[in-house]
Amino acid sequence: MKSNQQLTGAEALIKGLEQENVEVMFGLPGGCILPAYDPLIRSSIRHILVRHEQGAGHMAEGYAHVTGRPGVAMVTSGPAATNLVTPLCDAYMDSIPMVAITGQVPTSAIGTDAFQECDTVGITRSITKHNELVMSADDLPLAIRQAFHIATTGRPGPVLIDVPKDVLQNMMTWHWPTDDEVIDSLPGYKPTTKGHPRMIKEAAKLILESKQPILYVGGGVLKARGADALRELAELMNIPVVTTLMARGAFPDNHPLCLGMPGMHGTATAVTAMQKADLLIALGSRFDDRVTGKVSAFAPDAKIIHVDIDPAEQGKVRKPDVPIVGDCRLVIEEMIVALRDLMAGGMKPADISAWRSRVNGWKENFPLAYEPSEPGAALKPQFCLEKLRDASPEGTILVSGVGQHQMWSSQFWHFNEPYTWVNSGGLGTMGFSVPAAIGAKVGRPDKTVWAIDGDGCFQMTAQELITASVEKIPIKVGILNNSNLGMVRQWQEMFYDNRYSQVHFSESVPDYVKWSEAMGCVGIRVESPEEVESAIDKANSINDRPVVVEFRVAPTEQVFPMVAAGRSNDEIILQPSQENRRELLR
Amino acid sequence: MTGSNPYGTAANHHVLSVLVQNRPGVLARVASLFARRGYNIFSLAVAPTEQEDYSRITIVVDLESATLEQMVKQLFKLVDVVRISELDPRNSVERELMVATVRSTPEQRGQIVELTNIFEGKILGVGPEALSVSLDGSPEKLNDFSELLRQYGIIESQRTGRVALPKLDRTARVRAVNQTKGKAS
Repeated sequence: MKSNQQLTGAEALIKGLEQENVEVMFGLPGGCILPAYDPLIRSSIRHILVRHEQGAGHMAEGYAHVTGRPGVAMVTSGPAATNLVTPLCDAYMDSIPMVAITGQVPTSAIGTDAFQECDTVGITRSITKHNELVMSADDLPLAIRQAFHIATTGRPGPVLIDVPKDVLQNMMTWHWPTDDEVIDSLPGYKPTTKGHPRMIKEAAKLILESKQPILYVGGGVLKARGADALRELAELMNIPVVTTLMARGAFPDNHPLCLGMPGMHGTATAVTAMQKADLLIALGSRFDDRVTGKVSAFAPDAKIIHVDIDPAEQGKVRKPDVPIVGDCRLVIEEMIVALRDLMAGGMKPADISAWRSRVNGWKENFPLAYEPSEPGAALKPQFCLEKLRDASPEGTILVSGVGQHQMWSSQFWHFNEPYTWVNSGGLGTMGFSVPAAIGAKVGRPDKTVWAIDGDGCFQMTAQELITASVEKIPIKVGILNNSNLGMVRQWQEMFYDNRYSQVHFSESVPDYVKWSEAMGCVGIRVESPEEVESAIDKANSINDRPVVVEFRVAPTEQVFPMVAAGRSNDEIILQPSQENRRELLR
Repeated sequence: MTGSNPYGTAANHHVLSVLVQNRPGVLARVASLFARRGYNIFSLAVAPTEQEDYSRITIVVDLESATLEQMVKQLFKLVDVVRISELDPRNSVERELMVATVRSTPEQRGQIVELTNIFEGKILGVGPEALSVSLDGSPEKLNDFSELLRQYGIIESQRTGRVALPKLDRTARVRAVNQTKGKAS
């Protein structure tokens, strides 16, 4: 697509984003990125003006989570770029496709400690999949195409393009690179998507031979749009499924084969089934420490099939017996073919009925549970979540922050569809939920989007509700307000002998209702069980502005089950009322 | 480390020949990856190759903290990294260069010159109480030479990172790591 069209670098940048079919971007202008904001006036791209650059990053992530398309954030240099560091790292840890554009001081000023200069590329090097300082306007289109290509293929991730101000101002001859030009410009980047046929066949044999298999499903299955294929595989072989924190919704919670979430706060069934399994079929999961507990004691008798598009994940934590590099959806589909072929050829699957009934016994005996609150006592957060779950429309998107409320959300919600759960899994970014929910709602305006937040998280990024009000993005926020940093408090209670240190906030400030109203939202406070349902119904009925519901909940509540950090999953601490049944977990 | 020799190639040393796109910041990417993941670099040499678009980085890595496989895979995730080969010292040609300033009385001068000639090194400069010498060769040869110079007193010395290429009959011998296998991110 050669042309003689002369554009400024800024015009080329915006035109490039349009060529990449960007519909919406999140950002905040400033000195060095100013030139790029001028052509934006005439652009088809919707720009959402945030109140803090961190918000722009998390919005881009939320958008990418629910749409599968890359989220785009654009901010200026220096402090704006450093404010983007947390979302970039978050997106890197959770493999979220994202393209960030940062302004930079003019090329002649680079390295002089100019006003609002920082080494953005250096700072973000280890938290992006790739980054690039573009030194010439002519290089911009290729840099944009490369960024989108890298962000969305292979293992997705954030890519940053740093653009000096003069590069935005200089004239260039428009040229949109072809696919071949992009591929040729990246000789070191060739993601493998198709699994090795011999390995897939070997995996299929192991599956057929296994008497105690578990499908250990991670976020990679969602990234690969592989939920349907996964379900077909699970149902074909009747293999129980655990879905990690990043994979909630990849397999329906209401499916009889679903065991829920594994890991530190996973269900006793999911945790124990992995420990006792003779085969773990890890699909797009990475043996995170929050899942494995003490690695040397994790699933000691299990052989491992590890499917991942990133070869570096294989053998990083646990050596697989059958490593398969590839896209989860494609590999699962090939695996199904291989299984059918082997069975058609006369190979009989091992009998797993005893395993199934053992697992189902655990499911019956160890459901997620909590003690309902005494009459007149403070609300239980789990109760609020159950009510919210039951009162919200099917397919509601739930977005959480990080802490106790995140774990309860993951536990007590029923995720029956993929892409209905958005959270910060790897980095554990407090303050993620409000901006991520805004991004999710922008990506899926047809869906009800609830942010579930703790009071600690909410106070970190609540200002983005102003963005939501002004931009008419009607998200709903449920704050589980226990006036504490709940998860930290829980650890101090359990591991520091009730010595509470710097975890208590305040019961009286802020006034969340007034604060919400000041930001243009409807604010509702809920203090007793009787008020819960009507507050939720009211919130669900408001669609012209954001709503914030503050649930004042018991500060003493703890998340169970729990595997203490660094301990073996065999030492799972059960919900107190279930401890007397522990011997059934065999 | 082999014995007392600070320059030695120990059993846990491996030589990686890393072909990268010759772009700004590529060395920083490689170095920061090693730092971030806690990998040890024993020595490093970087220069453009015969093709100007590419540079070759020869890294002698010290495998104390990670497996070679994991190191190679992580390195391969860098978009600018095009190819990584592990070079087995038995099947590759390896060279380093050292320059040293050695204490030398006028009486000792002849001995040091003789030693340098035996090793096919060069005398770079002569002073009243010191000599500057240079030697290029295999790491072992340099080790031997510096060991012998030590008795005179090495005032200062500097060695380059190792450069290495496979021996000529490469087809059978190069152990290419991940040349065809996937790189995903």
